[in-house]
Amino acid sequence: MQLETLRIGTGVALFLSASAALPATPAELLKGYETAVRAEDARFAGFSTERGREFFNARHGVEWSCASCHTANPATQGKHAITGKAIAPLAPAANAERFTDAAEAEKWFRRNCKDVVSRACTTQEKGDVLQYLISVKEEAR
Amino acid sequence: MSNARRWAFDLTLWTVSVIAGLALVAHEAMASEKRMTTGNARYQAECGSCHLAYPPQLLPALAWRRIMASLDKHFGTDATLDASAAAEVGSFLVGAAGTGKRVAGAGESLRITRTPWFVREHHEVSADVWRRPGVGGPGNCAACHTTAPQGNFNEHNVRIPR
Repeated sequence: MQLETLRIGTGVALFLSASAALPATPAELLKGYETAVRAEDARFAGFSTERGREFFNARHGVEWSCASCHTANPATQGKHAITGKAIAPLAPAANAERFTDAAEAEKWFRRNCKDVVSRACTTQEKGDVLQYLISVKEEAR
Repeated sequence: MSNARRWAFDLTLWTVSVIAGLALVAHEAMASEKRMTTGNARYQAECGSCHLAYPPQLLPALAWRRIMASLDKHFGTDATLDASAAAEVGSFLVGAAGTGKRVAGAGESLRITRTPWFVREHHEVSADVWRRPGVGGPGNCAACHTTAPQGNFNEHNVRIPR
C-alpha cells in the first residue's frame, strides 16, 4: 500500500518536473533574447543573421570556433573536437529538438561560449547566432 | 585398470577440469563486463552528450568527486552543471564508483584510460590504431566497442575501424 502510494507520488513528481521545462519554439527563444536586449537598449536595431554566421564560424582568440564541433553547415551532423562523439545537427530545420527548451539552450551557451570566446556570450551574440541557425535550411546540406 | 589406461583417464579428467575452469572464468569475466551499465538518465543526458557516459565502475569514488568538483575545467572544456544536476550525477557516480582491482593503482589521474586496468586490457592496441580518424583516441570507447552505449564492452562486439 505504502509502496503503491510512493510509486504514484514518484510518477506525479516526474510528470511535474518534466512539464516544468515548458516546450518552446526557436522563434520564441529568439523573441525572449530580443526582449532582453531591448530592455537594456531601446534603440537596438535587431539581430543580424550575417553577424551570427560570422560569429559562428570565427575563432575568438582560442583554438575552437562554434563550427569546430558543429561544422560550417549546422544542418549537418557535427563531431566533438576532442572526443569524436557525433553531435546531432544544431539547426532547427534539421533537428526539431533544438532550441525548444530555454534552460537547455542557456546551459549550452554557458558552457560553449566559455570554450569558444573565453567568457559568457552577450545576449546580442546569442540572438545573432540563434537567428542565423534558424535561417539555415536543411536543403543547404 | 592398466597403468596406461589410468594415465589416459587422469589426463582426460585433468583436461576436462581445466576447460571447465577456463569456461567458468571466461563466463565470470563476461558477466562482469555486462554489468558495466550506466543507468542514470541524468548522467546519460548531461555527460553523454559530449562523450560516452563512461561506466562509473572504472574510476574510484575519489576520482569522481574530484571530477565533479572541477567541471568548469573538464579536460579543456567547460562542462558545468546546474546545482540539481550536479548533485544527482555526483551521487550516482560516487555511489556506483569502482572498487578493487579494476581501479587499483588509479592514482591521482582522473582519466580512465590511464588506469593500470585500462592499459592492461588494451595493451595489444597499437598507437596507430588509436590515431585512426575513425577512432580518435582511447576515450572514444564506442569507436570499437560497438555496444558500449548499452554498457556492453564484450570483446565479441569489438570492431576496430580501418
